[in-house]
Amino acid sequence: MDSTIFTMPQPGWRWLPVWQRNFLVWRKLALPSILGNLADPLIYMFGLGYGLGRLLPEVGGVPYIAFLASGTVVASTMNAATFEALYSAFSRMHVQKTWEAILNTPLTVDHVLAGELVWAASKSLLSGMAILLVVVLLGLTHSPLALWVIPVIFLTGLAFSALGLIVCALAPSYDFFMYYFTLFITPMILVSGVFFPADQLPPVLAGIASWLPLSHAVQLARPLLLGEIPSGIAVHLTALLATALCAFYIAVVLTRRRLQS
Amino acid sequence: MAGLTDLPQAGDALSVSGLRKNYGGKDVVAGVDFRVPRGTCFGLLGPNGAGKTTILRCCLGLIRAEAGTIILRGLTIPGRAEEARLRVGVVPQFDNIDPDFTVTENLVTYARYFGISGAEIRRRIPELLDFSGLGGRAHSRIQTLSGGMKRRLTLARALVNDPEVIFLDEPTTGLDPQARHLIWERLKQLTSRGKTLILTTHFMEEAERLCDRLAVIDHGVRIAEGAPQALISEHIEPQVIEVFGDQANAWALTRKALAERIETAGDSVFFYCRDASPLLSALSGQTGLRYLHRAASLEDVFIKLTGRELRD
Repeated sequence: MDSTIFTMPQPGWRWLPVWQRNFLVWRKLALPSILGNLADPLIYMFGLGYGLGRLLPEVGGVPYIAFLASGTVVASTMNAATFEALYSAFSRMHVQKTWEAILNTPLTVDHVLAGELVWAASKSLLSGMAILLVVVLLGLTHSPLALWVIPVIFLTGLAFSALGLIVCALAPSYDFFMYYFTLFITPMILVSGVFFPADQLPPVLAGIASWLPLSHAVQLARPLLLGEIPSGIAVHLTALLATALCAFYIAVVLTRRRLQS
Repeated sequence: MAGLTDLPQAGDALSVSGLRKNYGGKDVVAGVDFRVPRGTCFGLLGPNGAGKTTILRCCLGLIRAEAGTIILRGLTIPGRAEEARLRVGVVPQFDNIDPDFTVTENLVTYARYFGISGAEIRRRIPELLDFSGLGGRAHSRIQTLSGGMKRRLTLARALVNDPEVIFLDEPTTGLDPQARHLIWERLKQLTSRGKTLILTTHFMEEAERLCDRLAVIDHGVRIAEGAPQALISEHIEPQVIEVFGDQANAWALTRKALAERIETAGDSVFFYCRDASPLLSALSGQTGLRYLHRAASLEDVFIKLTGRELRD
């Protein structure tokens, strides 16, 4: 095997035109895209929050919908980043051959993937912020600390975009993505404290769950939206950042292997 | 085997020597040498699966060869491929223009990958579109373009960085004759402006018209190289008579002495000869046989060198 595929990615800033390309395409379809991204998480938040919330006493010391709001913000960020890095990136790589066209220019796989990573994270930032805005408008949060959720959203987006790009690099077809959702994303949503506090889980499962990237995101976003400073900020930030960097490196190596041999 | 003419020289846009590329234990490119002087058009001819596209991808530094030396624009590939590609254009085998963009947006976006600003490329777009016969199409959506127009847009896109060297992978496959002739005419203009073209094709007419030199590649090796006319005179008798019909094979058996070489394919018989007149007078009395007398062409060379069996 060609050992040069393992060299450290050096994207510099030349990935920016790749990001710009995706932004330009998105801008043409921006409104339906934003509305589409908002509808699904909001339906869950209102449906469960008000419907189920009526049956519940306070959860974690707050009304259920306020508890659910922070979970919805990070889960929809994760979903937006994942969809972009799986389906959209895959169609640019495999179907439209957009990457192939870019790789004929001085840009390399490093630049293409860095552009895709930051793009998917940017798109998820927009999704997360749209939910955050709804949460603020509904008065579900009152603290200025809620603004610190924005960098948490972006970091969460980077982590899940990078993970998604690994799956994209391995996928033979769109059908493959179903495994990633059913085996990783959906179980993670259920155990990471999005819908209910993770301490309701059996201790072993809760222990595993606390290592998952979505748990770290929830443990940062929830206190911030409730006006508290999260505990263990450094651990959670480091975990998300490390996920993003390691996953990005793996995605670059796998994509090089896929496209350069 | 590298000959004396394969040694790299200062005026070369591209030189390749001893190139080997292996896939799954099989040599797809098994030791290829050629050089392309600046301002000339070089053709890589070969049946499907001969290794042509793989050679192009190695030359661009997109894939790593197991062995060999490639120098493109004076820069060693793949070590300095990014730098080399700054002034290289590529027309890929299958169009990959952005379907979500207009014609102009496609060119502006592509120019950015070379670090060319929007303002700079916008100044040059009218000239690029004019050259590729897309004047008035600046704001058209890609879905409204015909196959030929998309191909020409791909050519315009390959010129955004004012390349010194342009790689074209089967540039006219799938086009109608009008569209093909237009592309040929434009490619000739490019070489007359001093650009170097390297193209793969299996259209013999294309190779004969455009290429100053060409190499015939099969099973990953170069089996012949030269100027089109020189290849024809080197490998093929100058006169060809094709005889068709049910009787052709039986008739040919008795006339073998009239040609230097005979080939059959189905109920067609090809007579290759230096002097066609004895065979023509033998044919003139025949009924039930149709025939065609023509000069030997590159296609005859190609078939002689690569055989008649189908390739997939």
